[in-house]
Amino acid sequence: MPSDFVEETTEEGAVTLRFSGDLSIASMGDLPERLRECGDAVQRLDISGTGYVDTVGAWLIHRTARDSGAEIIGADDDAQRLIAAVAGADQATDIRPDAPNPVVRVLNEVGEATVIAFTTLAGLTGFFGAIIVGFGRLMLHPGRIRWNAVIARFDVVGVRALGIIGLMSFLIGLVIAQQGAVQLRQFGAEVFTVNLVGRLTMRELGVLMTAIMVAGRSGSAFAAQIGTMKLTEEIDAMRTIGVSPVEALVLPRFIAAVTMLPLLGFYASIVAIIGGGLLSWVELDIPPATFFSRIREVVPLTDVYVGLVKAPVFGAIIAITGCYQGMQVKGNAEDVGKRTTAAVVQAIFLVIVLDAFFAVFFTWIGWD
Amino acid sequence: MLDSQTIVYDPDYEGPVISVQGLRNSFGDQVVHDNLDLDVRRGEILGVVGGSGTGKSVLMRSIIGLQTPNEGEVSVFGQQILGESDAATIEMRKRWGVLFQGGALFSTLTVAENVMVPIREFYPEMDRDFRREVAKYKVCLSGLPPDAAPKYPSELSGGMRKRAGIARALALDPELLFLDEPTAGLDPIGAAAFDNLTKELQQTMGLTVFLITHDLDTLYAICDRVAVLADQRVIAVGTIDELLALDHPWIQEYFNGPRGRMASAGKKVIG
Repeated sequence: MPSDFVEETTEEGAVTLRFSGDLSIASMGDLPERLRECGDAVQRLDISGTGYVDTVGAWLIHRTARDSGAEIIGADDDAQRLIAAVAGADQATDIRPDAPNPVVRVLNEVGEATVIAFTTLAGLTGFFGAIIVGFGRLMLHPGRIRWNAVIARFDVVGVRALGIIGLMSFLIGLVIAQQGAVQLRQFGAEVFTVNLVGRLTMRELGVLMTAIMVAGRSGSAFAAQIGTMKLTEEIDAMRTIGVSPVEALVLPRFIAAVTMLPLLGFYASIVAIIGGGLLSWVELDIPPATFFSRIREVVPLTDVYVGLVKAPVFGAIIAITGCYQGMQVKGNAEDVGKRTTAAVVQAIFLVIVLDAFFAVFFTWIGWD
Repeated sequence: MLDSQTIVYDPDYEGPVISVQGLRNSFGDQVVHDNLDLDVRRGEILGVVGGSGTGKSVLMRSIIGLQTPNEGEVSVFGQQILGESDAATIEMRKRWGVLFQGGALFSTLTVAENVMVPIREFYPEMDRDFRREVAKYKVCLSGLPPDAAPKYPSELSGGMRKRAGIARALALDPELLFLDEPTAGLDPIGAAAFDNLTKELQQTMGLTVFLITHDLDTLYAICDRVAVLADQRVIAVGTIDELLALDHPWIQEYFNGPRGRMASAGKKVIG
């Protein structure tokens, strides 16, 4: 039965609200709004005519009595008990935390982001140091190298990436050749498409795109695997047993990424050149034999070196950010997700920043 | 208005609040329940005990419709709910609240907002300010300090998270409350306080409580009856004294083991 009430005014102007029906969350309807309009003149709340009362109904009565200073009459034992219970729970509180001033908030966030950027950089550098130390120790005791773990990482990071990286590079080679052909044809210089494909993929895109793919495939996996192990206290267990997590977990991944990236990068460049060659054959009527002999003429060996020098560095960055973020996981599963994202974003960002430095450096030493 | 398919709640129903008959649950070859029967009476706190893997949580999930059993009948408030769609059982689901083991609070909402979720879902027409007031007093009613209401679940301790979970379970003033290991992971003081809260809420709001627990102290302190799950069914239901009179090895080991005896002694000292 829905709740309702009637207003009765005595000659002295005292108002009594007489309730009827069930006072419960299901039967409440618009009662809260209507009661709010009754104002301060209410002196008595008569609930003797009500049926089932729950805590929401009891709260409504309690709140109305509190705000208007009215007296509650006609409550049976159950209702009295409920009203007493909700009155005990009537404390000032908020639904949401106080929102700070927007200007302060923006400044705060900028400040926090700056601090995080610098501490992460310092942390990564420190972690790199720890890897070097671990590597040095391993060199002194070569028997401790975990070959099984290293080979397993080779497989996951390198071999299993061949398919996707090959497909990606092939398509990139096609796109470069196609765009190059369209633009260069305007000068009648479409034969330079070969230079474009060969030099761009060998020098820049092969390694860069591979690094981005590996960061997304393996950098994220490193962070998630190590982060989950951190959560389940596996890493703490390792430490208590005397196994160094850097040696057991980080170094195999580091070695795998550093070795696999040059191989994958070179492979990506070759597949991209094949893609470019195919398009040149179809679109520009340059036969494959001519295309590849032209490639050998126009791509200097230094371009291959440039790619091969950059690749291990990118691999190191991917492994360091992935493992570092994994080791930073604290608290709950949500943090694993955040850290994994951070690992990928930082790895790709650092790879591109370093690539810019490399470009300047190689031009400076005359490898252009 | 209500769909004609909706199961309507009968306010005059007086029989068992939950009635499970011939329940069978299996996962692959592993049979968890076979021909399981259980009745939960109105207004009681029923403790459900059993060794690990005897399917206490599966039983609860079968009753609240999160798990579809292979066979059997489950009725709540006298209404068959098995095999009915979510839409059909909506009226029934308003009348029960569930506290999951880890609290299962929505992590992107504050505690008070968590309590408001079921209210907004089931009673969208309720006045916004009044809804906020209801959420606030529910938080305090669950024994949380007022400053916990605007906090996010990640800022709370395990015990506070359980209290916040119970605040959300009680959001709609249910008549039936499911608690899945409410005192697991709490320190003894926190566990005792939670037992008291359960008892207090049960008495004030006239709740029926279905309580899964491993905690012998909880069984002695607040449970009116205890149901024992073993051999894929409920092998016995009764007060602890009645269970102790039975000659089943698992029951004897459970209540007469060193921990059982200590919990029993503690109950006698406290009264």
